[in-house]
Amino acid sequence: MTARAHDRPGELEAHFDDTIARERRIEPRDWVPDRYRATMIRQIAQHAHSEIIGMQPEGNWITRAPSLRRKAVLIAKVQDEAGHGMYLYSAAETLGADRADLTDKLVSGRQKYSSIFNYPTLTYADVGVIGWLVDGAAICNQVPLCRSSYGPYARAMVRICKEESFHQRQGYELLMTMMRGSAAQRAMVQDATNRFWWPSLMMFGPPDDQSPNTAQSMAWGVKRHTNDELRQRFVNMTVPQAGKLGVTLPDPDLSWNSDRGHYDFGAVDWAEFAAVVKGNGPCNAQRVAHRKDAHDEGAWVREAAAAHAAKQAARDRNINHGDTKDGEAG
Amino acid sequence: MTDDEFTAYQALADETDDHRWAFGTGFTDPLEGIDTSVPDGINAAALAAYCLMLGDDALVHSHRLQQWMTRLPELEEETAVANIALDLLGQARMLLARAGRAEGAALAQGAGLDAGAVLAQGGGRSEDQLAFFRPEHEFRNVRLAEHADTDFAQLAGRLLIFSTWRLALFSQLSGSADPVLAAIAAKGAKELAYHRDYAAQWVIRLGDGTELSHGRMQAALGTLWPLVDELFRTHAVVTDLPGVAADPAGLRAEFDDVLAAVLAAAALDLPDTPPLAQVAGKSGRDGVHTEALGYVLAELQSVARADPDATW
Amino acid sequence: MGETPVRSEWPLYEVFLRAKRGLNHVHVGSLHAADPQMALHHARDLYTRRNEGVSIWVVAAADITASSPDEKDPFFAPSGDKVYRHPTFYDIPDDVPHM
Repeated sequence: MTARAHDRPGELEAHFDDTIARERRIEPRDWVPDRYRATMIRQIAQHAHSEIIGMQPEGNWITRAPSLRRKAVLIAKVQDEAGHGMYLYSAAETLGADRADLTDKLVSGRQKYSSIFNYPTLTYADVGVIGWLVDGAAICNQVPLCRSSYGPYARAMVRICKEESFHQRQGYELLMTMMRGSAAQRAMVQDATNRFWWPSLMMFGPPDDQSPNTAQSMAWGVKRHTNDELRQRFVNMTVPQAGKLGVTLPDPDLSWNSDRGHYDFGAVDWAEFAAVVKGNGPCNAQRVAHRKDAHDEGAWVREAAAAHAAKQAARDRNINHGDTKDGEAG
Repeated sequence: MTDDEFTAYQALADETDDHRWAFGTGFTDPLEGIDTSVPDGINAAALAAYCLMLGDDALVHSHRLQQWMTRLPELEEETAVANIALDLLGQARMLLARAGRAEGAALAQGAGLDAGAVLAQGGGRSEDQLAFFRPEHEFRNVRLAEHADTDFAQLAGRLLIFSTWRLALFSQLSGSADPVLAAIAAKGAKELAYHRDYAAQWVIRLGDGTELSHGRMQAALGTLWPLVDELFRTHAVVTDLPGVAADPAGLRAEFDDVLAAVLAAAALDLPDTPPLAQVAGKSGRDGVHTEALGYVLAELQSVARADPDATW
Repeated sequence: MGETPVRSEWPLYEVFLRAKRGLNHVHVGSLHAADPQMALHHARDLYTRRNEGVSIWVVAAADITASSPDEKDPFFAPSGDKVYRHPTFYDIPDDVPHM
């Protein structure tokens, strides 16, 4: 692939800057700065990896779902997550990435995924809490991305957000049902909430004053809000929902601040976050190994499909050209 | 920052009429407009047993496919296999519900009571009671359904056998004298045609792919073949349901034709293995299973059984 | 019987859906498949999970010729080229290093 020299070096960059400034979409064949391309690929890919890895903690409970209806809903949800991952890998590929290469980067640890999926799911209530809190936080992150500067990513996000809103509802409805059920169910919901609340807040990333890339990302329309803005938004929305459910959020410092017009909340344990991001969370090794094993063990199947397609194509060519030799590539 | 971006999510706790959030419960009701009482002249107890057979086949096979999720060779297969698992689960739910309803009618017949009164008093078990609270010896699936696929070749081979057989059954059942069974079969047949097509394409890709995949696919068929004969044995329950149930014995020729065509395209040989023997004349349809089913049910039923008073 | 070595990656296909009669096909995204039949199956699974699609078209992305004059990437011929620069669109001989 050879680059063609262009006559006016500044013109391409000016066109890019202008498109961004006017809040228009960048499309696949636009010239973009290398750093924009790399940043976008990385962001989209890590988002895709999160969807795929996210299938595991919830998939953990499909075979044990306690009613057939819940089972059906959960299978559909996990299936949606596979689909979301595929939409996103496709968007990344329009920037010149290759899905096999991105998978490689995931299983070798060179690209990351949302740290929340490094926590274990220990009861069926976790399924509901993931829908309510984790999907809730994901939605807060994702809705603004529907206005991402990169067209294919923005369009994938619109599709994803529509489906994700159903997931959150499914989770919340499960919790409502459990809270109106047996004492053991109520205790299960409270316990799951206690374990997932703080990790959900961590999903928005480190505090703004520790996020060096935020400024550039916001200038390029890669990011539309800061971490702290979205985290606050999430807390404000979720506190009343917890109230309606009848669960207590595990933060004694949570209280409405009428001066700010927001909820004040306690300090996040950023040391735990750092440990998990670094690879030492409860499930990191397990999640990545699971994905790697599936990919490696599936290699013979993928190869067989490609080999069959090649054979079939050769046969079709032989028929077309009246050539009787077998197995010859065209 | 616009507030309107988030209003959908703030309304989470409000009631809504948009029931797509409960995906998995189906968009259209295949039983719409159908009288669900058990027609006069049909042996309700036999109908219950028969629906359990077909329902358990689907429930247990779906479980095996669910166990493959997040472990498939490519992401696109994740959506494909999840679809198949969901279809089978949907069929299972409708068949178990029918079985429960027929059970209620049988209780009424037996006690000389009005069927509606019996059902109103909770006679006849629900789909969940049947799935989660029956012991192993009351499960009536064929042993093929509980087989654990050790690799993707077995997944494809078993799915091909199972869906070819079930499609032949359901095609006949679409004319059943029980209108509910007929409706379930009509909808299910469309799904099974897709499953069979998916499985056949994979059997062909693997059989006619690489040397390695060919070997694995041939071996997979050899492992699965002993479980085929059982699919075509006529059970006593079928003879108690003339015009209602489909006799599988009559479907063997059609099954053999389809398999022969697929295997030929896949450059595979028809296995030569003898059928798996029964136990004192009994097997899956009589509640006598392989050791695998115990573990399947332990997993499937564990959460529900841990808190029988729970509402899910 | 000699077999030419085969790349085991599945090529990229673009998917077009027509949701209802009377509308036209719309590009909804892409997916990987080993062959066109598989691409159709996958498109049905991935893009019609919500009963969205009636008619599905799949086209190998490498077979699409695109002209997008408003997009000015110097890697693309303005008169007609690929839809985007994907590594598998361009045949790179195996013995070229670092490609």
